[in-house]
Amino acid sequence: MSVEQPYIDIYNQMADKVKAQSSAPLNALRDDAINALAERGFPTKKWEDFQRSDMRERYATNYGMNLTQFNIDFNPYKTFKCDIQAIKSHLFFVVNDVFYSNDQKALDEIAALQKQGIVAGSLRQVAKTHPELVAKYYGKAAKWDVDTTVAFNTAFAQDGFFIYVPKQVQTDFPIQIINVMNGDLDMMATSRNLVVVEEGAKLQLLVCGHTSKKYNYLCNRVTEVFVGQYGTLEMYKLEDTEASMTNIGSLFIEQQADSNVMVNEITLKNGFTRNNINVELLGEHAELNLCGMAIGDGDKHIDNHTFVNHAVGHCKTNELYKYILNEESVGSFDGKILVNKGSQKTEAYQSNRNIVVTPTAKMYTKPHLEIYADDVKCSHGATVGQLDKEALFYMQSRGIPEAEARMLLMVAFANDVIENIKIEALRTRMHMLVERRFRGETLVCNSCTDHCTK
Amino acid sequence: MGLLEIKNLHANIGDKEILKGVNLTINPGEVHAIMGPNGSGKSTLSAVLTGNPTYTVTEGSVMFNGKNLLEMAPEDRAREGMFLSFQYPVEIPGVSMVNFIRTAVNEKRKYQGQPALSATEFLKMMRERKDLVELDNKLANRSVNEGFSGGEKKRNEIFQMAMLEPKLSILDETDSGLDIDALRIVAKGVNHLRNSENASIVITHYQRLLDYIVPDVVHVLYKGRIVKTEGRELVAELEEKGYDWIKREQGDL
Ligand SMILES: Nc1ncnc2c1ncn2[C@@H]1O[C@H](COP(=O)(O)OP(=O)(O)O)[C@@H](O)[C@H]1O
Ligand SMILES: [Mg+2]
Repeated sequence: MSVEQPYIDIYNQMADKVKAQSSAPLNALRDDAINALAERGFPTKKWEDFQRSDMRERYATNYGMNLTQFNIDFNPYKTFKCDIQAIKSHLFFVVNDVFYSNDQKALDEIAALQKQGIVAGSLRQVAKTHPELVAKYYGKAAKWDVDTTVAFNTAFAQDGFFIYVPKQVQTDFPIQIINVMNGDLDMMATSRNLVVVEEGAKLQLLVCGHTSKKYNYLCNRVTEVFVGQYGTLEMYKLEDTEASMTNIGSLFIEQQADSNVMVNEITLKNGFTRNNINVELLGEHAELNLCGMAIGDGDKHIDNHTFVNHAVGHCKTNELYKYILNEESVGSFDGKILVNKGSQKTEAYQSNRNIVVTPTAKMYTKPHLEIYADDVKCSHGATVGQLDKEALFYMQSRGIPEAEARMLLMVAFANDVIENIKIEALRTRMHMLVERRFRGETLVCNSCTDHCTK
Repeated sequence: MGLLEIKNLHANIGDKEILKGVNLTINPGEVHAIMGPNGSGKSTLSAVLTGNPTYTVTEGSVMFNGKNLLEMAPEDRAREGMFLSFQYPVEIPGVSMVNFIRTAVNEKRKYQGQPALSATEFLKMMRERKDLVELDNKLANRSVNEGFSGGEKKRNEIFQMAMLEPKLSILDETDSGLDIDALRIVAKGVNHLRNSENASIVITHYQRLLDYIVPDVVHVLYKGRIVKTEGRELVAELEEKGYDWIKREQGDL
């Protein structure tokens, strides 16, 4: 039997129940999506965009699916108590694939945002209360033609977070979403998020991924983001999970004219990660800053795939990804920026810099620009190197032990990605987390980390 | 017993022998000058003494403070009191001067069984030592040596020396690329730190620096060997006659 067949069978058995729990905007695409998966299967390394990450292999493990969406007896607001003060934000949790609203705090945050005109909360709920709002955007940016994990997600996803910031509105504090895997069994989570930032609106969004237990988990999270004219979005993504985690994340962004988006994606600690970012620049003078960093050790796998489409001219993309790979870890960066015919006055810069600390770690990099316009400013490049030996010796000659000197150089290398973070408290915290990570210390009790010990 | 005792030291880079039997003893309180034409192995000697992994010692011994120096890791040599002012100081983007020097100072204290300095103590010490070499305040917040002028890099080396209070300082062409004013500042710093317990090796081509830092002993290193050792009057003689007479004495001209 194929890897896909059991999922198709489950769909056939459960679709009616899933649809009954869910609502029209989400249900509209399910059948098409499962058919696409049945037809094409999961992506394998033979697929152009998946040369380093075999999705069929990841889905071959028999995980439990929580299609009835029962609530696990776990209140993240209690477990993550000490995190709340760390960064002043509107804090929400998605536990496995269910938006958590069983705590009064979640309801209070929803109400506080509502006062500012913002609709935030569970996608499942909002699809019922505001079906026209969800239907207008849902599935409009996420494409599954080159990535059938998105089809899988569309067929099965029932919940996730939803944020709608209307015209000219700006939140008082950042919104923070913590995706947490929790459950005493191997388990799969399939969640779906939708973010709409209208004309002239502004949103700072923190999205963290954690595991609170060491079971085998797979999560597939698809996020669609729409940013209107003059809209601004800063999105900070942090992964801090266990080695037994498979994380498949797809982010689809559509930007209108004069909009400004920053995505800062840090893979601090993980298992097997595949991040896919797809950005469509649809109106002139849109600007995108895309940066990421990944720290690998053990046999971690970190694959970042990015695609930016300059559909029109006068837009700007700045892309920087950095990897620091230790031990047997494997990194892959596959980034493409497409400048269409007629997209004149495009500025696009792409850079991927990597440090492979040990001879057994591997980095695959494939930066590329595809340009069909002639009046553009573009550059791209990649470097793979080791820690600077002269700098190491210089530090040792001052009495700094080799291990400490290495750590200082790794932290220094990561610095410019962290310096892009515009929320000061988050930036400070991230500097500290990265340093702890390099020191091999546990990341306990910081905003966005595992278990709370206090 | 000498502070540093080098006996028959041979060292290679790759297959090429650069040091071919160096003998040198330095006692506490002494300043030794090492002069010699370009390429004779002066920087190699300082690199070997500080444990630079690019070089391999093939023969000989070095005792420092009565301990076998050649068995020590570079960081332990530093913590035992060895210091090199680099001919070409290294830039370290992303590592701030403050963080770098605080780490170095506290690592040394840890090695000596002393507690780390408090933030106030550290800043006070840093301010004093920075003033000694007239190092600009804003350099402390920059990355190590990044964007420093040639003179600033050299003064930064002496600043680090002042912070670490070494027993033996090796100044490798600290005077090269310095104008007279900077030279004076560097020399002032070195002389200030000089006492009866510590010692220095001053590597240079020129008389200028040695007018300010007066050596007790002057050596000429040529083709990987010390071929002449005399008092400070040798400096003037070399300045006047150059190295040709040394080469001639060695049968090379
Ligand atoms: N990295 C290197 N690779 C090969 N040869 C080197 C290297 N560094 C120095 N040398 C050689 O070693 C010899 C001594 O150099 P060095 O110690 O720098 O001399 P000095 O400091 O007296 O000018 C020279 O012949 C030089 O060419
Ligand atoms: Mg030299």
